[in-house]
Amino acid sequence: MSRLLSRYAEAIYWMARYIERAENLARILDVNETFSRDSRGWQNWQSILQLYRDEERFSELHEEADADRVLYFYTLDQSNPTSIISVVNAARANARTLRPLISTEMWIQLNIFSNTIRRLKREELTEPRLARFCNSVKEACQTHTGITEGTFYRDEGWFFYQIGRCIERADQTTRLLDVKYHLLLPKEESVGSPFDVSQWNAVLRSAAGYHAFRRVYPSGLNQNAVGSFLLFHSQFPRSVRACVREIDTRLTELRSRYRLKGGSKALEELDELCAALDETNMDEVVSRGLHEFIDWIQVRLIRAHAELGTAFFGYPSMPASDAAD
Amino acid sequence: MGNTGAAASGPLVAYDPAGFFCEMLGSQDRPAEHTQGIRKLLGALDLGDLRGRARDAELELYSFGITFTVYTQKDAIDRILPFDVIPRVISAEDWKVIETGVTQRVTALNLFLWDIYHDQKILNDGVVPRELVEGNPNFCPAMKDVDVTKGTYVHINGTDLVRGDDGRFVVLEDNARCPSGVSYVVENRHLMQRSFPDLMANIGIRPVSNYGQKLHDALVDVAPEGIPSPQVVLLSPGTYNSAYFEHIFLAREMGVPLVEGSDLVVENDRVYMKSIDGLHPVHVIYRRIGDDFLDPEAFNPDSVLGAKGLMAAYKKGNVTLANAIGTGVADDKAVYAYMPRIIRYYLDEEAILSNVDTHICREPEGLAYTLDNLANLVVKPVGEAGGYGITVGPRASQAELEKCRADVLADPANYIAQPMINLSVCPTLTDEGVGARHVDLRPFAVTGRSTWVLPGGLSRVALTEGSIIVNSSQGGGSKDTWVLE
Repeated sequence: MSRLLSRYAEAIYWMARYIERAENLARILDVNETFSRDSRGWQNWQSILQLYRDEERFSELHEEADADRVLYFYTLDQSNPTSIISVVNAARANARTLRPLISTEMWIQLNIFSNTIRRLKREELTEPRLARFCNSVKEACQTHTGITEGTFYRDEGWFFYQIGRCIERADQTTRLLDVKYHLLLPKEESVGSPFDVSQWNAVLRSAAGYHAFRRVYPSGLNQNAVGSFLLFHSQFPRSVRACVREIDTRLTELRSRYRLKGGSKALEELDELCAALDETNMDEVVSRGLHEFIDWIQVRLIRAHAELGTAFFGYPSMPASDAAD
Repeated sequence: MGNTGAAASGPLVAYDPAGFFCEMLGSQDRPAEHTQGIRKLLGALDLGDLRGRARDAELELYSFGITFTVYTQKDAIDRILPFDVIPRVISAEDWKVIETGVTQRVTALNLFLWDIYHDQKILNDGVVPRELVEGNPNFCPAMKDVDVTKGTYVHINGTDLVRGDDGRFVVLEDNARCPSGVSYVVENRHLMQRSFPDLMANIGIRPVSNYGQKLHDALVDVAPEGIPSPQVVLLSPGTYNSAYFEHIFLAREMGVPLVEGSDLVVENDRVYMKSIDGLHPVHVIYRRIGDDFLDPEAFNPDSVLGAKGLMAAYKKGNVTLANAIGTGVADDKAVYAYMPRIIRYYLDEEAILSNVDTHICREPEGLAYTLDNLANLVVKPVGEAGGYGITVGPRASQAELEKCRADVLADPANYIAQPMINLSVCPTLTDEGVGARHVDLRPFAVTGRSTWVLPGGLSRVALTEGSIIVNSSQGGGSKDTWVLE
């Protein structure tokens, strides 16, 4: 019988999600700054607000979505719960709760990471210095992942860590694709234009997928190829399919190894998602509408999350109706 | 200080204990021969080296999340004792006295608690005033006739000791509720092992790292009868508590879950914790929250830190609480004054560790003596913790003395008075070099079936020159404490 406290399971799961989120946010800010700067001016920064569906919240605080304001909003603004500083602080707070469970090295690294960000001042984070900051965040997140791989005892907690990380990663990848396809949908004439290609380039690089993509598609770069790669390619670690498979495998293993009664409903959601990702091809997705497909994936992920919560974290039971669809 | 063998070079050259008994040098009458080896090794360092290593240790504490820099002071929730790198060293002979003295005291405390919650012989015999016990806010009527496992109420005890001019250790206070600080004993040692491996070479220091296992063994000892492998947990008020760092330490060292009240649930007078696979039984709770907060049903109804129904489960004997409920009556400053008589009553022995002479203001002669000698005495309210409300007569202004007199007269039973003790000093790294700073000592005793005293203890040091108040809230720090083999 498992002795892992529900509260701990939830905290581990979220710690992994927060770190994954911080890393993705750093990637997106960095790439946006580097690859799309000259094309549309402020609109590029607007696109990040769209990506995270933060336009409304942002406009309540700021009149204008210029580089300085958007950057601050997503990096050091502690009043924004989705800024890097807030997400890293949240990860640290969870790590503090989890101190009895995680390795001392995991804790020390996260503590130093969050202290370092907290010391930064707004003046130190202007556009020219953004790349360096984003790199340091990425690196700290990857260091965390590495330390975790090498030191975290692999009991039930470790499974929740993996599941949290992969759910977040899958979600982040869908958002990245969605913003390009749906919100930045180019006008007919600009498809295949240098600007269009550079945006696809940025999307791939945000997901650290450019080089892997090139190995699979040595020439050309178009939306179907990129979309297919990020959604379905089973060997690319940030593709939605690879992430969902990983969650499915880990959850199955967790349940059987520790003979857990709960979690079957979450598994049902994931199985359905796995099947859809295995059987669908890009042409079908485009004809059904990519945004709709992505929306469907996100809803499944949210439902899987909620079912995990009910089964293991002590969340109240899900309503029986399919209101979330 | 020629006859005490002070170092001829190194950071101790200019050190002057200013006439106080010194932990490193001893006194004219009692030179500290046991520290000779350490002084020699210390002498090989220079002040710059010492400071460099102290800085490294500080940085390590910072990374560890134990201390915070000024940048984040406002949200620092782990503000913790500063660490001084010069160790406090205790000889094997002195330790023997402390060890047997503390064990004797804890044994007497447990017998006293059993008695006052059962037959009350000591009250009936008039050795301790009934009113002092039953009228004490920390006396818990709900504990009457509750049989605790192995008769142990105080599983974890911290005894505050000080050393006066004669070099004898005396007891300043007992801590029988939730004594804290043991994590520093172990962590300070780890820190010293990393910063000063050369200083510890061939000295023969008794290890402190097995505290967690000893504690776990003791807690298993006192689990409810008939449980093959009892589940021990540590109950913490949560991450915002100032001692959370210590709670983490203890849970990790014992390898047990650190739970909060919301993780526990009581069903049919049995305690469970909420796990990912449903409810898992709990048999022993090392609780780091006060009696009042343990159970909103039995005590403070507003408490969200405990678990509803815990007291009922406890009374049924289905769960052990460490320490037991109601131990606060035994470490009260007023009961403290009776400890020599309590030891004699139950054990028919003289106290191995003496009390500081204590004048009990609730007794007419004690009150008269206190009022007549106010300027020479240290006056303490019996209910306060953390060094608050203390008037140090020899250092007080006329106005402070008058206020103290008025307070004592208004509520004599709330005060005790003790002679001012010249606390021993220990060489300590300061901005001005190595200076003499006053120290105390808190050894920790763990009691299951029998009592074990951790060979070491928390040495707190008053970092302000001349100060004798070592509490962390009042500018205290800590040192590694070496008990020699």
